[in-house]
Amino acid sequence: MSDHEYTPSSKFGKWFNDRLPLLTLANHLTDYPTPKNLNYWWTFGGILTFCLITQIVTGLVLAMHYIAHADMAFSSVEHIMRDVNYGWLLRYVHANGASMFFLAVYIHIFRSLFYGSYKSPREIIWILGIIIYLLMMAAAFMGYVLPWGQMSFWGATVITNLFSAIPLVGESITTWLWGGYSVDNPTLTRFFTLHYLIPFLILGLVVLHIWALHVPGNNNPVGIDIKKPSKDTVPFHPYIVIKDAFALLMFCIVFALFVFYQPNILGHADNYIEADPLVTPAHIVPEWYLLPFYAILRSVPDKLMGVVAMLSAILILAALPWLDTSKVRSAVFRPLFRQFYWILVADVLILGYVGAMPAEGLYLLIARVATAYYFAHFLIILPVLGWKEKTTPLPLSITEPVLGGSPNLAAARNDEKIEKTIK
Amino acid sequence: MSKLKNILFVLILSIIVLNSSNSAEKSPPFLETKWTFKGLFGKFDRASLQRGYQVYTEVCASCHSMKYLTYRNLAEKGGPEFSEAEAKAIAASFEVTDGPDSTGEMFVRPAKLSDKFVMPYANEQEAKAANGGAYPPDMSVLVKARKGGADYIYSLLLGYSEPPEGVELDDGVYYNKYMYGNKIKMPAPLSDDLIEYTDGTKATAEQMSKDVTNFLMWSAEPHLEQRHKTGFRVIAYLIILTVLVYFTMKKIWSRVESKV
Repeated sequence: MSDHEYTPSSKFGKWFNDRLPLLTLANHLTDYPTPKNLNYWWTFGGILTFCLITQIVTGLVLAMHYIAHADMAFSSVEHIMRDVNYGWLLRYVHANGASMFFLAVYIHIFRSLFYGSYKSPREIIWILGIIIYLLMMAAAFMGYVLPWGQMSFWGATVITNLFSAIPLVGESITTWLWGGYSVDNPTLTRFFTLHYLIPFLILGLVVLHIWALHVPGNNNPVGIDIKKPSKDTVPFHPYIVIKDAFALLMFCIVFALFVFYQPNILGHADNYIEADPLVTPAHIVPEWYLLPFYAILRSVPDKLMGVVAMLSAILILAALPWLDTSKVRSAVFRPLFRQFYWILVADVLILGYVGAMPAEGLYLLIARVATAYYFAHFLIILPVLGWKEKTTPLPLSITEPVLGGSPNLAAARNDEKIEKTIK
Repeated sequence: MSKLKNILFVLILSIIVLNSSNSAEKSPPFLETKWTFKGLFGKFDRASLQRGYQVYTEVCASCHSMKYLTYRNLAEKGGPEFSEAEAKAIAASFEVTDGPDSTGEMFVRPAKLSDKFVMPYANEQEAKAANGGAYPPDMSVLVKARKGGADYIYSLLLGYSEPPEGVELDDGVYYNKYMYGNKIKMPAPLSDDLIEYTDGTKATAEQMSKDVTNFLMWSAEPHLEQRHKTGFRVIAYLIILTVLVYFTMKKIWSRVESKV
């Protein structure tokens, strides 16, 4: 938190701030000392906040026109697309917004994995992030059910059926979730309710996530602790604000390309067919952002163990701060870890790819190998790397590498020498 | 490091290539045709949409419904853009059951602009019974409901042929090389000069397929033109703003000794 005490300049400001220190908070947020060497991978936190707000605002308006009823949901979505003013825009922003949200969150997570942002003292930020990610998946899954197309219905059937794998009470839990003996109107209405609720839970967790971030401050590409505020930091406003704004605008251009020119490319054609409990689609696949976990689920022959594996794949991330035994945060100084990091990235991409393919033959084999590797990365490779790896020397402050990357390196070194000599 | 990465990418690439060659065996590439609605400024060919409506109403509509369309849509901007009088006349050529009236009776009246497209069958069961058990799907969003979209529909309409050696077909089942599994219950719907276009265009099977596919694309995506127009403006605006913000950012960051 800010070191200096903040006093509002106006009398009213002071009176108000003594009773509710909103101005102190605003001052803290603008002055918040941020490492000045943050690269563009760090802009995704701001981008994610934008995504969440976009989803909430578009979702709110969509909910005014949508009808959560098994007989009317599909046609109410068509009503939005055809007759509601700019309804097509709202829906395409919301649907593609979900994909953009996940794209950003995956970059955000993999940035954290690369630079060791989950390590002490930022474990709580990381765990809050995992909970947010879990809730995002739940919200996205339930949102995909709402248009009540074929993929909505059968996706819901497959996923809710997973609960029946729980021993003894599984069947009862599934019936309870459905509100009946199959996915039907009661399922749709409760999914709608939860889909409306979860974003606000996420919003609350995001506040905690940022709060927890502001206690130790940002990690940075060098991964070393820095003094705050100091020569190594810049105030959040205007430096980080303008940089985040620039990155956000670039992100929005990509977003707009999808919304206006390829609005359906990330979806599945089958979801434009109204749900029919009597006709099963040839391939039931979730949205792209859930595919790696779907691949893990299907790679295990036993249903219950498959579910356990899928859940573990996510929950294992929560234990990451303790599984990674290395004291060095940033992969920049961990030559071996860096290689394994890229293998993990490839592994997850492969899992995503086989998740979209039928679970048979070569695909199934690849899925099994990739699943095994995924767990091995966290359970074996990371703990062992911490002891075995010889890391490269860390700089004392970030000023050095910041200048090190600039073309004026020689000049800067010279200046430093001169300064030292003078002293 | 780089060697390892190379091996990985070759591996991933080979899986993808392997798969695409796999799927290439399953269905032949779609027939090529130029769609005016594709691209940054893509717009519908108005005359083609009007002809497409004619194909729909004279051929397809005897089995396929379009329940999300309203007669007023035919006169709306970005669609076939029939004049309001024309759209009213089109609507009036259909009969709908309305009511109950003040005496409690249902009555039949000519359709109005605000009515939905009249459906060929009263319900799904009747539709199935009349079509050998196969339900002719509603065509309102059909283009978006099929992988391959407009190209697929166009190819399917022209993809009928005699079955190759060794393929046995039941009664009422036809061979179509673009259909999933190659077996389709819809007989080839279009043939040369099946209808007579009111605008004098020669009604070849290709022409009709193209016109009706255009029409179906519009019915699935009635705001496509507005979407492209708005999209171009939004993206142009974003690009200009991004450039301005970039220079602002450079200026602000020039105050500190750091690159951005």
